[in-house]
Amino acid sequence: MKLFSWITKDTNIDFLGARKLTYFISVLSIVLAIFFMATKSFNYGIDFSGGILMEIKDEQVINLDKLRKELDNLDIGEVNLQTIGETGTEVMIRAQAQMLDEKEQMKAVNEIKKILGNDVEIRRVELVGPQVGDELKKDGILASVIAVLGISLYIWFRFEWQFALGAMLGLVHDILVTVGLLSLFQIDFSLTTVAAILTLAGYSVNDTVVTYDRIRENLRKYKTMPQIQLLNKSVNDIFSRTLLTGLTTLLASISLLIWGGDTLLSFSFTLVWGILIGTYSSIYVSTVILNWFDLRKTIENKEKDVNPFGNVG
Amino acid sequence: MYKLSKSRIFIIIAICLLGIFFTIPNFLPNKDSLPKWWQPVNLGLDLQGGSNLLLQVQVDDVIKERMGTIEDSVRQVLRENKIRYQNLRAGENDVTVKIENLNSRNKAMAAFRKIEDGLNVEELADGTVRIAYTDVALNQLKLKIVDQSIEIVRRRIDELGTKEPVIQRQGVDRIVVQLPGLQNPEYVKTLLGKTAKLSFHMVDSNTTSADARRGKLSNASRIVAGSDGGSYVISRKPVVSGENLIDAQPAFQEGEAVVSFKFDSIGGKKFGEATKNNVGERLAIVLDNEVISAPTIQGAILGGSGVITGSFTVKSANDLALLLRSGALPAPLEVLEERTVGAGLGADSIQAGAIACVIGLVAVIVFMIAAYGLFGLFTTVAVFMNLFLMLGVLSLMGATLTLPGIAGVILTVGMAVDANVLIFERMREEVKLGRSTRDAAEAGFREAWATILDSNLTTLVAAFVLFYFGTGPVRGFAVTLTIGILTSMFTSVTVTRVIIATWIERYKPTRLPI
Repeated sequence: MKLFSWITKDTNIDFLGARKLTYFISVLSIVLAIFFMATKSFNYGIDFSGGILMEIKDEQVINLDKLRKELDNLDIGEVNLQTIGETGTEVMIRAQAQMLDEKEQMKAVNEIKKILGNDVEIRRVELVGPQVGDELKKDGILASVIAVLGISLYIWFRFEWQFALGAMLGLVHDILVTVGLLSLFQIDFSLTTVAAILTLAGYSVNDTVVTYDRIRENLRKYKTMPQIQLLNKSVNDIFSRTLLTGLTTLLASISLLIWGGDTLLSFSFTLVWGILIGTYSSIYVSTVILNWFDLRKTIENKEKDVNPFGNVG
Repeated sequence: MYKLSKSRIFIIIAICLLGIFFTIPNFLPNKDSLPKWWQPVNLGLDLQGGSNLLLQVQVDDVIKERMGTIEDSVRQVLRENKIRYQNLRAGENDVTVKIENLNSRNKAMAAFRKIEDGLNVEELADGTVRIAYTDVALNQLKLKIVDQSIEIVRRRIDELGTKEPVIQRQGVDRIVVQLPGLQNPEYVKTLLGKTAKLSFHMVDSNTTSADARRGKLSNASRIVAGSDGGSYVISRKPVVSGENLIDAQPAFQEGEAVVSFKFDSIGGKKFGEATKNNVGERLAIVLDNEVISAPTIQGAILGGSGVITGSFTVKSANDLALLLRSGALPAPLEVLEERTVGAGLGADSIQAGAIACVIGLVAVIVFMIAAYGLFGLFTTVAVFMNLFLMLGVLSLMGATLTLPGIAGVILTVGMAVDANVLIFERMREEVKLGRSTRDAAEAGFREAWATILDSNLTTLVAAFVLFYFGTGPVRGFAVTLTIGILTSMFTSVTVTRVIIATWIERYKPTRLPI
């Protein structure tokens, strides 16, 4: 019955032995991410860019070339057509229409509707003014920063400042690399993508906290073990858990990616990616960084602080 | 202590049963006849189809308008007191005037303060006096304008008979309007796009509009464009305004579509007097700063009711009557954002979400059983219980389930087993250390608890931030994620614990099958 019992076995892998290589990989991916963001920017959905989005469905396959030509005759700037699903009967129309104000956007939608005729089912219409988009961008960035700070603050309370720093850098790494990936592949960047990024942050830090918990426990248990060895042992101690939880969450996200429908595509993609990078960063960013400090000394000092009259026993 | 006391087990089972109980409405065929406290979960507009509008209340326009009124009052004060002044000017949010003479300036400033409550009158460097609202007064004014707007928007939408509309303030000066089931919001947008300020003014018969344009305009009059393309010189002060209207209906008069109206007693009196004293003169009917018609007064209209003529169609008469009935908006509204989802797409989304949910659920369960065997089966019970509790809490709270919310449910299914994995892995360690069955089980729950708490609370921080910053569907996701984290902490710790304790009690295994 226990087909996967190989997962629930003890491991003794030298994870941190590869830390020089992964330092390089982590730094390089952050640099690349920033580079892509700076050069390619993002494929903003209309939440952020403002504009018009329509989804239509017809009985027959929609002739994209013909529709494109007809829409190009309208004076509404660049119009983007994209089929949804495999049948070819569903099409998404996107116009950035940045120069248009709300009334002109409304007019544009009416003109598009006229071109489409009455037989086509209009499944979705979204109009977003340019001013809202800028605000949402600002809100999204602010939300991410506050989430990172809030999480770090919590860890500072529960652990030590070194741990908070490690978790924070891990989160920054995850968010930057993910956002860089979205930029590289020009994946639709919308409000739900921001939600996915914050969820990814939640998952990643969840993983990190479990590791930290074990590190703290082992620091108390093994008073003489060299620190790097102790960190490595802690990662190994909980590795089966890391795999199991990672895989179940991955399974759930993958089913979302495959069957969850088109609307959630960029959301589920970000989640799937987030589980992978979150697991990586818990070990190779957040844990590795702890080795910059003498943790044992910090904890001993703290215990002294807590009990200024000397420890009994 | 792995064994729980009877009363604790009772509470745990009671909570589970309550969860299931509140889930039931979601699976009943006839949902309309259910009591208010026992309802299925609300579906967001992205799932049931409908239209979502984000409106901006243009409060700045009102404030600018107010400044115009204050400018008039200032001029009047200065004239009454015979004070010499220069450069009287109304800006976006202040009025400035220059008064050279110190004594007159002080006298004027004292008088300005009495114009209206909440005004801040200050002296600038070169003898200029600046009059503006204090921050407190300005905020109160804005709040009042937005509150009034929400009320008027609600009345107009209620007139349309849309079922269960949601009208809420968002931020300081925005209004969200959600219209379930509405596929084409254009008509609503047209209705909300009009402020519908109605007033009646006497036409100034002494001044032609050509004179007025050349500047021969008395202070009591102003020039206003007409809907017929011409322009009219009318009295600044209205005879009576739309505030005094109590009813308006579309009607026909001599084969033409008109709007009949009825004033309250004050309005009726003013209207009666004005018409009595000005027989033969023309009365301009002004809507949103445009003269829609200016009929000649044939005789006194005393009953407090009358008709508005103009070149109406049946539909436009209908619309105007609706707008007048629901009252004027204190400020113009601008549509910032519109999102409409057709019912077809919504149904497809629900289906896709349900399929993904079932597949994700099955995959996670199969995986857990494959990894842990019997204990994996125990987890399955907890996972299902968690689903029931989530749905139950969502239904009970009257929360709204959106498509990202469904994603949150699926994600919770995957993440919720984490607590069980932590517990089981800890048990495994304890078994390896040679602990007895009971000790190992107990230690597993005890030692894992701190980790479970820490890891879940940090995820909660992210979920809270999402809730605070998100709107609409994203907020729906934050809600299900938060509820999912809380319920899964409950089920994976308590429910599995009850099962494992019962199992050990009954079968007295010599070692844990971990």
